[in-house]
Amino acid sequence: MQVHSMHFKQTASDKLNDAVLQNAMKKAKGKFVDGRALGVAEIDNWEDIRTHAAALRNRVIDHLDAWLLEFERNAIRRGSVVHWAETAEEANAIVLGIAQKNGVKTITKSKSMVTEEIALNDALIGAGISVMETDLGEYILQLAHEPPSHIVAPAVHKSKEQVAELFAAAHHKPRLTDIPAMTREAREQLRSHFLGADMGISGANFIIAETGTTLTVTNEGNADLVTTVPRIHCVVTGIEKVIPTLEDFATLIRLLPRSAIGQSIANYLTLTTGIKAPGESDGPEQMHIVLVDAGRTRLVGSDMKDMLRCIRCGACMNHCPVYQNIGGHAYGWVYPGPMGSVLTPTYVGIENAGDLPNAATFCGECQVVCPVKIPLPDLMRKWRERQFDRKLRPFSERFAIAVWGFFVKRSALYAFASRIGARVAAWLGGRDRLIHSLPGIDGWTRGRDMPAPSGKTFRELYAARKNSK
Amino acid sequence: MKVGLFVTCLVDLVRPNIGFAALKLLEDAGCEVVVPESQTCCGQPGYNSGARELSKTLARKVLSEFSHCDYVVAPSGSCSGQIKVHAVEDLFKDEPEQAEFRELASRWYELSDFLINVLKVRNLPGMPRDFAGTVTYHDSCSGLRELGIKQQPRALLAQAGCALSEMQDAEKCCGFGGTFSIKLGDISTRMAENKCVNIGVAGADALVGGDLGCLLNIEGRLRRNGDMKTKVFHFAEVAAGMTRSKD
Repeated sequence: MQVHSMHFKQTASDKLNDAVLQNAMKKAKGKFVDGRALGVAEIDNWEDIRTHAAALRNRVIDHLDAWLLEFERNAIRRGSVVHWAETAEEANAIVLGIAQKNGVKTITKSKSMVTEEIALNDALIGAGISVMETDLGEYILQLAHEPPSHIVAPAVHKSKEQVAELFAAAHHKPRLTDIPAMTREAREQLRSHFLGADMGISGANFIIAETGTTLTVTNEGNADLVTTVPRIHCVVTGIEKVIPTLEDFATLIRLLPRSAIGQSIANYLTLTTGIKAPGESDGPEQMHIVLVDAGRTRLVGSDMKDMLRCIRCGACMNHCPVYQNIGGHAYGWVYPGPMGSVLTPTYVGIENAGDLPNAATFCGECQVVCPVKIPLPDLMRKWRERQFDRKLRPFSERFAIAVWGFFVKRSALYAFASRIGARVAAWLGGRDRLIHSLPGIDGWTRGRDMPAPSGKTFRELYAARKNSK
Repeated sequence: MKVGLFVTCLVDLVRPNIGFAALKLLEDAGCEVVVPESQTCCGQPGYNSGARELSKTLARKVLSEFSHCDYVVAPSGSCSGQIKVHAVEDLFKDEPEQAEFRELASRWYELSDFLINVLKVRNLPGMPRDFAGTVTYHDSCSGLRELGIKQQPRALLAQAGCALSEMQDAEKCCGFGGTFSIKLGDISTRMAENKCVNIGVAGADALVGGDLGCLLNIEGRLRRNGDMKTKVFHFAEVAAGMTRSKD
């Protein structure tokens, strides 16, 4: 997917004035935040499970190579073909190669953020293959020609009315506004695609080393149809999704749907292990698993390796006050919110990710809700440090830090400068002691007054008080 | 008991009254308070701008300035978190100085936490106070999530005779975020606006908080909206009975 993250600041400002989006985000906040709180409250040892889950993810990440090879061995044993893709282009070429070799004309897909990341649909459609997204949200976005704005609820930014327009135009049917009726219509539209597809492409929430299983968590059941009906099933997923055992999955599934949306359990947990065995009635004749790196190994062993623990629940963005106010598209690439502000610079380069590491107040909510305890603010700060070291921030910002740094290290000079600063700012504040506009901090004064200082520093007043005693 | 007051750079520059209120609260509770003259800043603005070495230099400066105090107290959860959490767990992680910062952290307290949990202040002396209206409290992020500051300032406000009307999303970030408030001003303003709406619904006479940065941000938005009525105080000003000072 093309990167637009360098336009974050402008896009975010536009989104603040997008009434439809603002309304959608308000609704989503209630659903996600309140939902999670209720889901978490069901469990009396939530923190223990988080600690355990973080440790188990760390163990895998520390020996990623070994667990991936174990997965490959067991997947092959069950008749799957395992492919390794170092880059997005390689991954697309592998999937396209499988499709072309098998004369595939039509593909159904269940939701996969990795395929968004590598822009797989563009590659397949460009080669003349029909690709149908079957997750309801993704289906809506395919009709709208838009990327997802959330990793779990991809169309969360859209209103019911907008979807009604899209459906009426695409389905050539009367416009519906009743959500169950719209869902039924989408289901009817998708049915023939499910039954007729030559190949199904799914992502994976986890892949399990001990059994060679790939696993999807959905609420619509579309992944079952995508993975079992077509003669070929192709899984495209990131190498960090591996976990050792089914028992580990039992731990993580307690956290994932609760963190995502407060569900005790998702409606469908689809485990696919190998191809249709002799005598079995369902399942694909071929199963291909494409393990995608595309930047992930850059995190292995680095000071940002904690990010590889991520299980893609979306809780960090759901609770992020920045995301809540601007939605996901402003972030300009596949992964929005705090996790995206860490991943996007990793995958597309910090020079292309502009303001993303700075798109946070470091309020810490993301870290508190993360089911695998990723210290997201610390990781964003590490990106800020790299930006600072490589002089990637605007000159005005670097200059301001340099000047501030010069004074703040030198107590006497600082005392002198702050005396002057307090007086100048007090004068600017005037009678109502509010600064209404000030170049240099116009980011502040565009929307807020700056309460002015009283004119003397604490340091001065304290010294005067001591002398008078 | 010798208590060093870490004034914070914002209080020093913008609202000295908060520093004097903190001083009064500590002295009234029987502390010998010292205010090291050379103090400037905890380093957080640099730290969160990626200037790691600069923030380490400033953390070392703080360490040396308060080495002679039994306790260090700051009227800010955010500056306290910078030393108690970030200097210890990140800036000097696995470095020889980590132990020194860990020791400093063990002596360092946010003001309300120190008054309630160390000094065990249960009755503020010299009641009644100069402000005893209905207040709503904004929980600043660092104090809340890094240090567990939640009940302490509320306890002080109750002792000062204030009625508390909790607002919705009291724990939600106000949008200040240090330099974030200037770098991404539009988003920051919206977050402050959300806070103002909740303050309005709570129907309090004053917004009270424990971090001046957040207070300036919220006050700035209230005033821009034409609300000159809702007062904005640091809890120290209310607890010390110093809400009417001109500073």
